[in-house]
Amino acid sequence: MRYEAVIGLEVHAQMMTDTKIFCGCSTKFGSEPNTQTCQICIGMPGVLPMLNEKALEFTIRTGLAMKCRISDYSRFARKNYFYPDLPKGYQISQYENPICEGGYIEIVVAGEVKRVGITRIHMEEDAGKNIHEGTGNFSYVDLNRAGVPLMEIVSEPDIRTPQEAAEYMKKLRTILRYLGVCDGNMEQGSLRCDANVSVRPAGRKEYGTRAEVKNINSFRFVEKAIDYEIKRQIGVIEEGGEIVQETRLWDSTKGITESMRTKEEAHDYRYFPEPDLVPIVADRSWIEEIRASLPELPDAKRQRFVSEFGLPEYDAELLTTEKPVAEWFEEAVHSGGQPKAVSNWMMGDLMKLLNEGNKSIDECPMKPMQLAKMLKLIGSCTISGKIAKTVFEEMYKTGEDPEVIVKEKGLLQISDESAIEKAIDDVIAKHPKEVERFRAGEEKLLGFFVGQVMKTTKGKANPQMLNEMLKKKLA
Amino acid sequence: MELHGLGISELSHLLKKGEVSAREVLESVYSRIEAVEDRIKAYVSLTRDEAHEMAEKAERDISSGLGKVLSGIPIAVKDNMCTRRILTTCSSRILHNFIPPYESTVTAKLLDNGYVLAGKTNLDEFAMGSSTENSGFHTTRNPWDTERIPGGSSGGSAAAVAADECIAALGSDTGGSIRQPASLCGVVGLKPTYGRVSRYGLVAFASSLDQIGPITKNVTDSAILLNIISGMDRLDATSAPVAVPDFMSVLGMDIKGLKLGIPKEYFIEGMDPEVNASVKEAIRKFESLGADTVEVSLPHTGYAVATYYVLATSEASSNLARYDGVKYGFRTEGRDLMDMYMRSRAQGFGAEVKRRIMLGTYALSSGYYDAYYKKAQQVRTLIKTDFENAFNDVDLIVTPTSPTPAFKLGEKTADPLQMYLADIFTISVNLAGVPGISLPCGFTSDNLPIGLQLIAKHFDEETLLKASYAYEQSTGWHKRKPSL
Repeated sequence: MRYEAVIGLEVHAQMMTDTKIFCGCSTKFGSEPNTQTCQICIGMPGVLPMLNEKALEFTIRTGLAMKCRISDYSRFARKNYFYPDLPKGYQISQYENPICEGGYIEIVVAGEVKRVGITRIHMEEDAGKNIHEGTGNFSYVDLNRAGVPLMEIVSEPDIRTPQEAAEYMKKLRTILRYLGVCDGNMEQGSLRCDANVSVRPAGRKEYGTRAEVKNINSFRFVEKAIDYEIKRQIGVIEEGGEIVQETRLWDSTKGITESMRTKEEAHDYRYFPEPDLVPIVADRSWIEEIRASLPELPDAKRQRFVSEFGLPEYDAELLTTEKPVAEWFEEAVHSGGQPKAVSNWMMGDLMKLLNEGNKSIDECPMKPMQLAKMLKLIGSCTISGKIAKTVFEEMYKTGEDPEVIVKEKGLLQISDESAIEKAIDDVIAKHPKEVERFRAGEEKLLGFFVGQVMKTTKGKANPQMLNEMLKKKLA
Repeated sequence: MELHGLGISELSHLLKKGEVSAREVLESVYSRIEAVEDRIKAYVSLTRDEAHEMAEKAERDISSGLGKVLSGIPIAVKDNMCTRRILTTCSSRILHNFIPPYESTVTAKLLDNGYVLAGKTNLDEFAMGSSTENSGFHTTRNPWDTERIPGGSSGGSAAAVAADECIAALGSDTGGSIRQPASLCGVVGLKPTYGRVSRYGLVAFASSLDQIGPITKNVTDSAILLNIISGMDRLDATSAPVAVPDFMSVLGMDIKGLKLGIPKEYFIEGMDPEVNASVKEAIRKFESLGADTVEVSLPHTGYAVATYYVLATSEASSNLARYDGVKYGFRTEGRDLMDMYMRSRAQGFGAEVKRRIMLGTYALSSGYYDAYYKKAQQVRTLIKTDFENAFNDVDLIVTPTSPTPAFKLGEKTADPLQMYLADIFTISVNLAGVPGISLPCGFTSDNLPIGLQLIAKHFDEETLLKASYAYEQSTGWHKRKPSL
């Protein structure tokens, strides 16, 4: 039998606010345990939360970018459960009346655009971290992360394949990074993904029983974990078994999901409206201000790169995945670089060098203007395309202007006819046998002569002139 | 009269004129504490050393002309308000060793105004109770009859004020916890409008109902303290952005033509006849002062106690989750995490607190939420609407504060429901969020104080205080002192 999977994702995104959601503590990652805490985020008696307006703004920003409705009336709720990393014994979250509802994200799968609905986006506080390793018989609690603002972005069950899920996550990450609300780092936990997965016989309308897969802590595992879970569920059904509603943990070393708790063991979180915070009635004009301040989003940018710069879809997609890359590209083009040439250099040499050095484009010493200048030097035959590779690498290393590099390294192209002629004559004189074979019809030897001349001129001979002159001389 | 027997305004006057020193005032209060505290047990902890430092500072301020309203005035603070570097227990074993590294907003405001902290007063554990018998440490006695309870949960504060073991006090009121003990101890207790006073640093019992207020020897002192503690606070999102008037300015104003509503639902069978008679007499006194009285109806009154015990316990079950033995306070080691949680909470909390946590946990549970919590929220709205409707016709509502005078120690401890009914007249006020005050309005034949409750519309403490002052000045019940 053929099966179809139904997948919905719940994504937690840590917001890049400077301070926590309900107090003034720093959100910086990686500090000494419990150094970024105060009486509020460690839940001492009598303290009260105050909403960080930036967190609200970031969530509304995200909601608007994903075409959500921003609620006229939204409120916080308490989610009650006991755990040492949850200092108050409840998490302040949203339950009824989330701030954003009913949006969507578009992904491209096999060349087709597909819309994945966004059910809701809500705000909540992160928990701390329990530390069990290297602590002997004890566990320790680090509350630096407690109170860091999170957005929970819940998708509709519109996703059908592990590939779509991966595309959705990538797109989500791209949008969040464009908006500057989340750094999207899954490995560091600033972006987390839980997947609700069920399967049903292809063509059936009703959903199957779902399992929630947690702990998918890397982009690589989104596809793998869901793929595993789908196959597991199909396997259970094929063997005549039944899927139980449960929470499962993805184990990346074993590459499998394992049952964590069944529906019967599920917590009763006893949600109720948070009485310490007043309902949010976001000012409409403020929402419009936020809307007006939204950056051009990746889809729009990609389409513009195609229409305005005549780039192929593939180039446009690649260049717009990261906003700083897209901006780098545009700056190079605005500095006079021919768009496709800029794209080629960026997607080829630049990306290779950045990847090798494990650097982001912001850390690239070469400026877009310099790439544009280099392209001009090629266009004016001041340097050859081959020499340009050397110039490019040097620019990348030093951040020096291409003209300076060409001058200092003596890389100027030789376009002087007599100089090239002399070099050709020398080569012909040294290789009489090859000349004979060429004249006898072995035309592929032209490459050999080009190579020899380039060798003596250290690659600087104008290749076009060299080709033409060589052909004449050998004729 | 000795210094400890005076109120804030009289003492403040003497201090400013240099007729007495802050140290003398403190010594007087402490000599009184030494004389009677054994019998009253109003305090959980006395802060003599801190008080001395504060009194010395007050003296320096006064002598250099920087004296403030409360400079040199010893004030007692209910032990559920956080005081920096000073033990704050909520009269619970689970916080027996808790010393907050921060100051509550109200006590910070008292500090800014030069107060001297006399000590932290006893309460029913986490403010849950009406007799102070639920304290995890000891029971406070009523200064008028030490065989009787002082009321609760701010029983320590009310008893300390009544016994002159301080000049004034702060209490907190979730369902009557300021007004009922004030009534039973013969002092003035004011619960401001919800949102009038910041709750930051008040250890939460039921967040949507809790409010801090003054317990004082007279109405003037109530106005003085309310002036100081009121106002929006950037640390409390539920504190209201409402301007704070000068509450002193209304004292002494005429109350001719003021319309008082008498809710028929509050004069019920089973009410103590002496209480009934005293309150009726007080109403006639208001009429003689020129006020008009009219019967009003608060039709949902009968649901108030049930509504309150669903909502307050629901919030409490969540508010008290943080006392888990992990971070501070009492911990019992266990086999594993769950065992540690269970032992710490089982041993750290008293019976009434555990009862309420269980009630609230149940009311919020999946499958019961709609029938209990949600329904109670709907009834709360109806109760609030009752008051709004009544206040379309009247300026104030007059009721007894408590259906009976102070009852005997142990009289109701075996029957929680009887204990809950002690707050039958005060609970609606918290549900509606309106302000209420309890004033002494007479004594029983056994010489036990009787209290009168006045209720005003949201943020109209001015009318409340104006009428209270007029009544107080024309009767003088507040001048009576217990013989200790």
